[in-house]
Amino acid sequence: MVALTLSSAIDASITPSVALAEFFPRGILPYLLGGVLVGLGAAVVYLGTGIIAGASSFLESTLSYVSDVPRFNRFTYVRSRGWRLVFTAGIVSGAAIWGLVSNPGIWTTDVQWWRLLGGGILVGVGTRLGKGCTSGHGVCGVGSLSNTSLVNVATFLAVAIGTAQLVQALGVTP
Amino acid sequence: MSAERRSPLFLPAIYVGGLIFGFGLAISGMARPEIVLDFLQFEDFGLLFVMGGAAVVTGITFAVATRSLDRAPLTGREYTRRLKEFDRNVVVGGTVFGVGWGVSGICPGAAYASVGIGNYPILWAIAGMFLGAYAQGYARSLGTDSTESAGDASLDRPT
Repeated sequence: MVALTLSSAIDASITPSVALAEFFPRGILPYLLGGVLVGLGAAVVYLGTGIIAGASSFLESTLSYVSDVPRFNRFTYVRSRGWRLVFTAGIVSGAAIWGLVSNPGIWTTDVQWWRLLGGGILVGVGTRLGKGCTSGHGVCGVGSLSNTSLVNVATFLAVAIGTAQLVQALGVTP
Repeated sequence: MSAERRSPLFLPAIYVGGLIFGFGLAISGMARPEIVLDFLQFEDFGLLFVMGGAAVVTGITFAVATRSLDRAPLTGREYTRRLKEFDRNVVVGGTVFGVGWGVSGICPGAAYASVGIGNYPILWAIAGMFLGAYAQGYARSLGTDSTESAGDASLDRPT
């Protein structure tokens, strides 16, 4: 009876797993585990300090070290620039630890430099103008059920999907 | 700043939080532009679990902390949710960011993590982000007087 239940359960799981393999060619687990850890990292900072950390304010706060432009020298950036550097150093080291334990050797992207540079400029403008990025709005803002963040995330997701499809349709690879 | 007393454990906690955050970005593949582009081109929907999983964890954390915890131990700050005022810039900025993300497959946190996995070409993207952030800050500085910075600073001060 147990064996019968088990085998029918396996049979039933075959059809969904075919669909899963189609939509998730690399599986689901690394994504889910990675996402939970991203959330946990933000939770450690938050529970310890009450600070809701985003990744893109680092750009402006770090510019305050080298620029006299008043925008970057606002109290909020000057006050936070030290810990934002530490947070970013943590992100770099955390990824480096993963690289060392699981995937020896460096990995480099094949995406062309002009896509990285041009896209990066737009990301720099857009995240600062829009008050946040994938971590600030996408993770912490959505976790706060903030309408502002939900609108921002829906906007950048839809536009990014359209843009990436267009770039692909134009035959730009990688 | 005056009202906030930071514990010696303040920076270590920030660092450890960043460490876990970056480790998660690396495992999830967000640090690789190719995987992000696969998602945006509907070839791999895994990233839904990254953003979804992370938002569920922060959502639970924020809900519990704002309801039943006192002040943060390392700063004395009150626990709040991330609520930013809505204006036109939220949509315009989201659109510009969306084009940039779609072109490059890279967002700020993932780009820093990508440095950690040895992806040195990503420095193009990081240089671009600083250029973009500088350009928008410079442009907005031209359009505002000094009272804005004073106003923002007082808003941000713990009460």
